[in-house]
Amino acid sequence: MAVYEDWSTERAAQVIGELRHLEGATMPILHALQETFGFVPDPAVPLIAESLNLSRAEVYGVLTFYHDFRREPPGRHVVKLCAAEACQSMGGKALADYAEDKLGVAMGETSTDGAITLEPIYCLGLCACAPSALVDGQLVGRLDPQAIDEMADAFAAGKSFGDA
Amino acid sequence: MKSPRIFVPNDATAIACGADRVAHKLEKGLSARGVTADITRNGSRGLFWLEPLIEVETEKGRVGYGPVTPGDVEELLHAGLLHGGEHPLCVGLVDEIPYLKKQTRLTFARVGIIDPLSLTDYEAHGGYRGLKRALELGPAATVEEVVESGLRGRGGAGFPTGIKWRTVAAAEADQRYIVCNADEGDSGTFADRLIMEADPFCLIEGMTIAGFAVGATRGYVYSRSEYPLSFVVMEKAIEKARAAGLLGKNILGSGHDFDLEMRMGAGAYVCGEETALLESLEGKRGLVRAKPPLPAHKGLFQKPTVINNLVSLATVPVILDKGGSFYRDFGMGRSRGTMPIQLAGNIKYGGLFETAFGISLGELVNDIGGGTASGRPVRAVQAGGPLGAYMPVSQFDTPFDYEAFAAKDALIGHGGIVVFDDTVDMAHMARFAMEFCAHESCGKCTPCRIGSTRGVETLDKVVTGEKREQNLVLLRDLCHTMKLGSLCALGGFTPYPVLSALNHFPEDFGAAPSLPAAAE
Ligand SMILES: Cc1cc2nc3c(=O)[nH]c(=O)nc-3n(C[C@H](O)[C@H](O)[C@H](O)COP(=O)(O)O)c2cc1C
Ligand code: SF4
Ligand code: FES
Ligand code: FES
Repeated sequence: MAVYEDWSTERAAQVIGELRHLEGATMPILHALQETFGFVPDPAVPLIAESLNLSRAEVYGVLTFYHDFRREPPGRHVVKLCAAEACQSMGGKALADYAEDKLGVAMGETSTDGAITLEPIYCLGLCACAPSALVDGQLVGRLDPQAIDEMADAFAAGKSFGDA
Repeated sequence: MKSPRIFVPNDATAIACGADRVAHKLEKGLSARGVTADITRNGSRGLFWLEPLIEVETEKGRVGYGPVTPGDVEELLHAGLLHGGEHPLCVGLVDEIPYLKKQTRLTFARVGIIDPLSLTDYEAHGGYRGLKRALELGPAATVEEVVESGLRGRGGAGFPTGIKWRTVAAAEADQRYIVCNADEGDSGTFADRLIMEADPFCLIEGMTIAGFAVGATRGYVYSRSEYPLSFVVMEKAIEKARAAGLLGKNILGSGHDFDLEMRMGAGAYVCGEETALLESLEGKRGLVRAKPPLPAHKGLFQKPTVINNLVSLATVPVILDKGGSFYRDFGMGRSRGTMPIQLAGNIKYGGLFETAFGISLGELVNDIGGGTASGRPVRAVQAGGPLGAYMPVSQFDTPFDYEAFAAKDALIGHGGIVVFDDTVDMAHMARFAMEFCAHESCGKCTPCRIGSTRGVETLDKVVTGEKREQNLVLLRDLCHTMKLGSLCALGGFTPYPVLSALNHFPEDFGAAPSLPAAAE
């Protein structure tokens, strides 16, 4: 389970300041902000724009182009299930349906209590041990309904998946 | 007592299957026995059905056990794991496993054997011999060695790597760049990932040679957020290479400078397309650029740029070390050398199989791969990623060769093969191809951006039986427009999985089954 800092303009400016010297710094900055705060809130856009001497529209365009960047905070747990072909060949779709049911959240959404975000991801390079997932940043292969059950239990107990 | 050297893999597949917990159990088990553990975290041999695969160095060679769960560890130690003792999980000498023995590992020679982050291991297994030879030959002769090898880009398009380098070397510029395309977005592929996690110095060496050959002093590796582990391993390797004077100023006293940086994508498949990747590296949206100008003339920040797939670059060290003609002598026709083929999906023995071009698809899927994991009959394979065709069993005699695949409207791509058993619904897979295109389209051209969404809708109508015949005509028409009217291969090649599914498996679309002859 990732723990993020609360948004602060000063902290954001510091993160941006550490990376602004890079060639093509926009992406590294967006990644770093998301790693720090869990998402990239709107007030970050003018900060980045000013620091890199870009227009707000340009920064906004980049932020919204890439599937990874969030503009809203994620759930306390983030489960990304692989939806690509190799995982489908091993029953990934049925498993995704099962996960929606068991975790109580629709694919692409965050549960109303803010506990779990469930999302598709397109290939983790674990296609020879499909189906696979990225659960709170942890890679999981050979996923089955039992693993989903364990996940649900762990989350309900306030733990991360895989913690004994 | 000190234990013999034990290997526990730490590539993403092994870890996703519990290798860290296995290593932890092993350490505890050894210390309980008063044995000082000597555990090396090697990459992975790429025999993924066996992961986690523990190996133990014995007098006869490395003996393997797999797939090991944390619960097996105590029993294995009891059975004499430390001296290669018998156990049902024992797979014998790893080098003698037919899956490995049948391979020709040139690019992947060290993968799974060495500690990925040990420069000593790397050099003991032939590392940096390629760079040293390049420095002796000089830049121009280095380029010619790559031309001579016949190496074609392993990212999909199959363009001759040496020719690309010649163009960049000849371009007038104050700054040139080497960009490694490690965006490996194709389902069913993991070759780039495995190099980054199991032999990262090989990529660093390959890029350094490229920099020397074309006169570039800066490089970038653009990888993906779906590969968190690769990123960490690469950053560590770059740090080590820098500390050893293998990156930075005046490399090995040659007077040549070269340094490189990791960059991470953000979940956009289209950023694997070379010009979209360059845009992304520049900090912009991943919009595909119109060509010309070629990246070789105006690439990153408008400077001449070598952009190559990771496997292309990682193959350069062995070519320089052993010579272009050595490499060229493997393969068939215009497909020279070896290809790391990735067997994935519903397959019994999934993993990486590097072999000379020419092996047949059926041999790969059935003889090497052992058929499906489910034990049901194979129905189709998708070769070459989400833009590649679905091939039926009747095409299993096709040799793995760029031209032979193209002749069947199919794609080698980055070498991924995804196997499906007879429970697959091919209309659903065709729909997925369109949906994926709609999801990933950069939005620059209408046939791709709008056409793919129309494709999904049309396929839905076909499946529910709404004006099926008319909608099938519409679908083919749409595919035709996408093929001809798209700027890049995302829109231009999505029709291949769609039409191949429809042509080879019409019964899944509610039409009469195709006669075998009509399927060719
Ligand atoms: C939609 C799309 C996605 C692509 N994805 C990749 C990729 O992930 N990795 C890659 O090396 N090439 C990819 N390519 C091919 C690149 O555009 C380019 O041909 C390649 O990087 C050139 O390197 P090579 O000559 O060494 O193959 C993609 C192309 C398209 C159209
Ligand atoms: S075909 Fe699609 S992805 Fe390629 S340039 Fe056109 S809109 Fe972009
Ligand atoms: S398709 Fe799911 S990991 Fe590659
Ligand atoms: S946005 Fe390019 S076609 Fe309208």
